[in-house]
Amino acid sequence: MNKLVVDQLTKSFDSSIILQNVSFSIQEGEFVSILGPSGSGKSTLFHLIGGLYPPDSGDIYINGERTTGEKGKISYMPQSPSLLPWRTIMENVILGSEIIEKPNKAEALKMIQQAGLEGYEQAYPSQLSGGMKQRASFIRSLLSPQSLICLDEPFSALDEFTRMDMQEWLLSIWTEHQRSILFVTHNIEEAIFLSDRVIVLSDRPAKVQREFKIPFARPRNSSLMLTREFLNWKKEIFEELKVLV
Amino acid sequence: MTQRFIKGWRPVAVLLLFILLWELCSRWFDIPEWLLPPPTLIMETGINSWSDYAPHLFSTIRLTFTGFMIGVMFGLLLAVFLHLLPSVREALYPLLILSQNIPIIVLAPLLVIWFGFGALPKLIIIVLVCFFPIAIAAMDGLRQTNPEWMHYMKMAGATKGQIFRKLEWPNALPSIFSGVKISAAYSVMGAVISEWLGANKGIGVYMTLASSSFRTDRVFVAIFLIMSLSLLFFLLINLLENKMTSWQRKGGGAHE
Ligand SMILES: Nc1ncnc2c1ncn2[C@@H]1O[C@H](COP(=O)(O)OP(=O)(O)O)[C@@H](O)[C@H]1O
Ligand SMILES: [Mg+2]
Repeated sequence: MNKLVVDQLTKSFDSSIILQNVSFSIQEGEFVSILGPSGSGKSTLFHLIGGLYPPDSGDIYINGERTTGEKGKISYMPQSPSLLPWRTIMENVILGSEIIEKPNKAEALKMIQQAGLEGYEQAYPSQLSGGMKQRASFIRSLLSPQSLICLDEPFSALDEFTRMDMQEWLLSIWTEHQRSILFVTHNIEEAIFLSDRVIVLSDRPAKVQREFKIPFARPRNSSLMLTREFLNWKKEIFEELKVLV
Repeated sequence: MTQRFIKGWRPVAVLLLFILLWELCSRWFDIPEWLLPPPTLIMETGINSWSDYAPHLFSTIRLTFTGFMIGVMFGLLLAVFLHLLPSVREALYPLLILSQNIPIIVLAPLLVIWFGFGALPKLIIIVLVCFFPIAIAAMDGLRQTNPEWMHYMKMAGATKGQIFRKLEWPNALPSIFSGVKISAAYSVMGAVISEWLGANKGIGVYMTLASSSFRTDRVFVAIFLIMSLSLLFFLLINLLENKMTSWQRKGGGAHE
């Protein structure tokens, strides 16, 4: 069954069209990346799926149910970690579930440990490094009750080393929890390494330019990025993006 | 702690030096006591006439505290109310800001005419001076919520009440406390001035009596009491603030 269907979504701000007839879908348990240049409207797409504001036209279906303009249907991880500074890490990671239901603290504690944040449960976000904050923010979205997770460029603010670590960590934790993930990035390697499918958005207005099915077997590790096949994929997607410029 | 102590000795030394100089001057130049009593005399009066001024002191503390609490409550209620009704806020906010420029104290004689010399006009004065700094600080704090956090809360399906309780209110707390501190200082001043206008008890009354009988030492005792009261009040609120917004002082980043 389709986890998410985005159907002919169009959105404009102040008479400039940002998204034009964007359509795609995500299967249950699939990891799909949306690749597009900065400012192409990727965050806007998430805001639409999250129901922050309604689209000009088009529809969104989650689990087969029309949810256009409805909030609380996805678990969302924003571009900046957005942890609340007055909440401890423990209180922060249960925020998403707390809004909908009674949070499961034992589960949260287990996740915190899995994320290598053991001992930081009672720390405040300001006491954590950038990578740790992103991990906490990701746990928060995993602990949220919604089954579709939308990640908005979670690693773009991290340095190259931390980013590599985080990508592998994300994959390992995703294999364990098998959720459907929609991942937004402007980094080609990241998109190929993580995803089952990569959807390339064109620039201004954003349309679905092309879809690539990435065949690499899982589990994947970072040595994959050095293989010839990986470079070929990178080249092909790069060519596709170059057409856009 | 030790560091604070080491840094703290300089102002303390200056203060002691000042008091010493005062004492010496009033002895060398033989300044009459009704003009400028020496610190030792003020201290003596302060200790000896404790039973004289204690009832006045407690009456002022009670008045200040009651007025302050009502003022804070009203200020917060108004801020929350206006925050939830943006269109009303837009109409009233500029007026609130403008009213800050009017020294509320000048309304005191009017309040006496309307409400007489009882506790009510005094409370109204204190409530009025406390109310505006808190209302404005709280409104500003509630409005300045990081839009990213707001997006997160909304997309997570939070209700208006949840957004207020879990995001806007804690976010506004530091700002609210800065308003509360201003109000605390104002409330002591408001209490004393309201007592000057007519009362039978209170530090303000004690002060008026002392000055009309040229007991300057007692005037100084009253001044000292008022300053101590303000300071104590400020410290208490600081303590409460540190407790409620302890997250602000933690941090500085682990390893980036
Ligand atoms: N609320 C808004 N009002 C007006 N313009 C907006 C708004 N949100 C986004 N935009 C514009 O839409 C474009 C796409 O923004 P965004 O979705 O954040 O891009 P991306 O996430 O791909 O970098 C930008 O040019 C931005 O200025
Ligand atoms: Mg973006």
